[in-house]
Amino acid sequence: MGGLEFRSRLVFVLLGILLALIFLPPVLPNYFVILLTQSLIYAIVAMSLDILVGYAGLPSLGHSAFFAIGAYVTGILVTRFHLGLETNLFFSIVIAVGTSAIFGLLALRAVGTYFLIITLSFAMIVWGVANRWFSLTGGDNGISGIPRPNLFMLGAIKSTLYFYYLILFFFLVSSLLIFLFVRSPFGKTLVAIRDSESRMGVLGYNVWLHKYLAFIIAGAFASLAGCLYVYYNGFVNPNVADLAHCMKIVLMVTLGGPGTMVGASLGAFIITLIENTISVYTERWVIALAIVYVLTAKYAPRGILGLLKEFQIRGQKA
Amino acid sequence: MEFLINQTFNGLSYAALLFLLAGGFTLIFGVMKVVNIAQGSFFLVGGYVGYTVFSLTGSFYLGFLGACVVIGLLGITLEHLFLQDLANQNLRMMLMTMGMALFFQDLSLVIWGGNPVNLAVPIYLTQIIRIERFNFVIFRFFMIGAAALLFTILWWIQKKTRIGSTVRAAVDNAETSEGLGINVTLVKMGVFGIGAALSAFGGVIACGFLALYPGLDFELLPYTFVIVVVGGMGSLTGALVGSIIVGIIDNFGKALFPEFSYFTLFVPMVLVLAWRPTGLFGRK
Amino acid sequence: MNPSMEKTTGLAIECHALTKRFGGLEAVKQVNLSVKAGERRAIIGPNGAGKTTLFRLISGEFSVTSGNIKLFGRDITQMSCFKRTYLGLGRTFQITNLFNTMTVLDNLVIGAMGLRKTKFSMLRPLSTYREFYKRAYRVLESVNILEKQNEIIKNLSHGEQRQIEISLALISNPSVLLLDEPTAGLSPADSMMMTAMIRRLEPTITILIIEHNMDVAFQVADQITVLHQGCVFAEGDPIEIRNNSRVQEVYFGGEDRSC
Repeated sequence: MGGLEFRSRLVFVLLGILLALIFLPPVLPNYFVILLTQSLIYAIVAMSLDILVGYAGLPSLGHSAFFAIGAYVTGILVTRFHLGLETNLFFSIVIAVGTSAIFGLLALRAVGTYFLIITLSFAMIVWGVANRWFSLTGGDNGISGIPRPNLFMLGAIKSTLYFYYLILFFFLVSSLLIFLFVRSPFGKTLVAIRDSESRMGVLGYNVWLHKYLAFIIAGAFASLAGCLYVYYNGFVNPNVADLAHCMKIVLMVTLGGPGTMVGASLGAFIITLIENTISVYTERWVIALAIVYVLTAKYAPRGILGLLKEFQIRGQKA
Repeated sequence: MEFLINQTFNGLSYAALLFLLAGGFTLIFGVMKVVNIAQGSFFLVGGYVGYTVFSLTGSFYLGFLGACVVIGLLGITLEHLFLQDLANQNLRMMLMTMGMALFFQDLSLVIWGGNPVNLAVPIYLTQIIRIERFNFVIFRFFMIGAAALLFTILWWIQKKTRIGSTVRAAVDNAETSEGLGINVTLVKMGVFGIGAALSAFGGVIACGFLALYPGLDFELLPYTFVIVVVGGMGSLTGALVGSIIVGIIDNFGKALFPEFSYFTLFVPMVLVLAWRPTGLFGRK
Repeated sequence: MNPSMEKTTGLAIECHALTKRFGGLEAVKQVNLSVKAGERRAIIGPNGAGKTTLFRLISGEFSVTSGNIKLFGRDITQMSCFKRTYLGLGRTFQITNLFNTMTVLDNLVIGAMGLRKTKFSMLRPLSTYREFYKRAYRVLESVNILEKQNEIIKNLSHGEQRQIEISLALISNPSVLLLDEPTAGLSPADSMMMTAMIRRLEPTITILIIEHNMDVAFQVADQITVLHQGCVFAEGDPIEIRNNSRVQEVYFGGEDRSC
């Protein structure tokens, strides 16, 4: 059937990409390796959002809040206590999980459009806290001077290439975990909940609990990405929780193709590419991004992967 | 005591500004179920247009008129071209309005530049009234008065006139309304235009009271979201009450514990969510 | 195995003064209902009589305004939907309510998993849990739709979807089954097949069935409850109800007899 063929082609392409990600970077120009590094970090947070948007049908627009929490916790711990990567990762995730546990309790009281707005508002609160709690977060100036991480056994990861491979490692581990997660019984219940909550309730499922756990797990992965981000960027400011950043991650998921995981990573790569390369040619790169938003909303709500699938199905019927 | 009165007054005038933005946002949501991220653009560009009209004509009030008309028409056009087809698809609409918002923000940067733009408000509005120990800036009264007036007019239209009931019919039951001869599409476009114009009005005020710059739109939107969560989506009264709550709390917060002031907005949100998840005046 | 399955005597469902109000409207008014274990009870009545609302109160989708509901003697009035399923309740929906983007097989596997802890497993692929698939095959076969197992629900005909609808309710081994217009929209031939299938169900299962199709109701039911404007209007075995002229008036005369 059309779907199966599409999937087997996709697997080949993915394998090729995986090999390229592992073996190409040593011969690629530095600039491109940096671009890939950033893409992989955003791919992690985009995939985490896809769990909610694409699979569970929960449009959590304020997801960037957890990315920001991860970034700030790491930033603060590094600059104040000089803690290592593993410790920072641990605390970032723990605090993000705690926050998502609280946000989730409140957000899940809302249905439909309210859920959208409420999760977005939570992100705005995180932004506001980051912006005004000057003594902790540096306010508008943010936190800077974060060096590359000190890995427990390998020492400081200074070079661009080694840092890339560190990020690649986390990306591959996250991808594997999320991949297993969406294929697991729990992951499948999320899709079923998206299709029909009422049916699930009557079949014996505690729908609220499933949504709640999904919300927290997605937040955990987002904070992981945030932690890595601040090592990558060396700097963090409240912008990582603002409206534009929140919507950017939603765009990445939608542009690639929601509910596919691969789409989220694809979207992350494309948007990162656009942001970083178009600004070289024109000051109006914001308008380029705006155009991507409009085109995606109007013509590609199921993303690029969705379009490809449609073309293949149409091609088969012809 | 002096502190209390001053802060409350300042909070109320800020609330007036916020209401103009949030009110337009909630009107548009109420009738079209659109979460309009470009509402900030209506506010911002409206302010800029008002400034330009003022610069050309020298009239403060023509600035308001120009802003409302231009942005109202702009809103209607955008709705017709881009949003009509996406009815009831939240995510798509938000991406679309986000794109529009970014577009207008950059456009503003190109046309009016990145430096803050401030409207020279007529002298008589910048006077300060002295009552006992208090100094009240008249412009703040103007803001509160204008917002209150606009709210009253819109509320009255909504509740007491045939136009209002037509709109409510179109919102509640589009099919039946069409059958009764109501052109639901036109109604929706009209309300969209009014919502846009309302925020444009607010933009002109912001231009006189603060200053406009590309980015102000995204800075004020978060308040809007908190306001509609507290007040209830689609309710003009909710927008008013929410704006007052947010305006006052934010003002007191900034004055009393500036580092946690944004966090204090969390409190009314949590209370409302715990007690009435659809907002104080929200439906369903 | 549901512990309540052991109780094959006694009352399966008891409703006492059950009332549901929506704002000013009382959709269900002071309904008393007693259904014995293993009984087949049809709930009939004209449109708007409150039949589906009654089902929704029993299943837990709607909260009760006043009154109580007992399942095998246990008060379930405040219990959430999914807890009632654990106690043996199952339901089909009048408007087909399936997982439309998933295949028939996946639908049933999710159904089979509903009462098991496995649903929280997050790292092993679902496809490795063969016991759910085996149960799914069995139920699909008993309803004669096994060959469609890999079809996506969206692509099935209405009749086939209704078959899946009832399969999904059966796969959790309910001891009390609420069937909401199982033959809705079915052709006469499909209706007959559905009716035959319902009659073949285990005698230990208690069945409450809402039906607009009188033939089906009279064929399946031991006892019939007639609802009108939210109240119990009449009760009796099929012959009594068939001969009850007041019931006929209510259906054809649209009489307003407040209870």
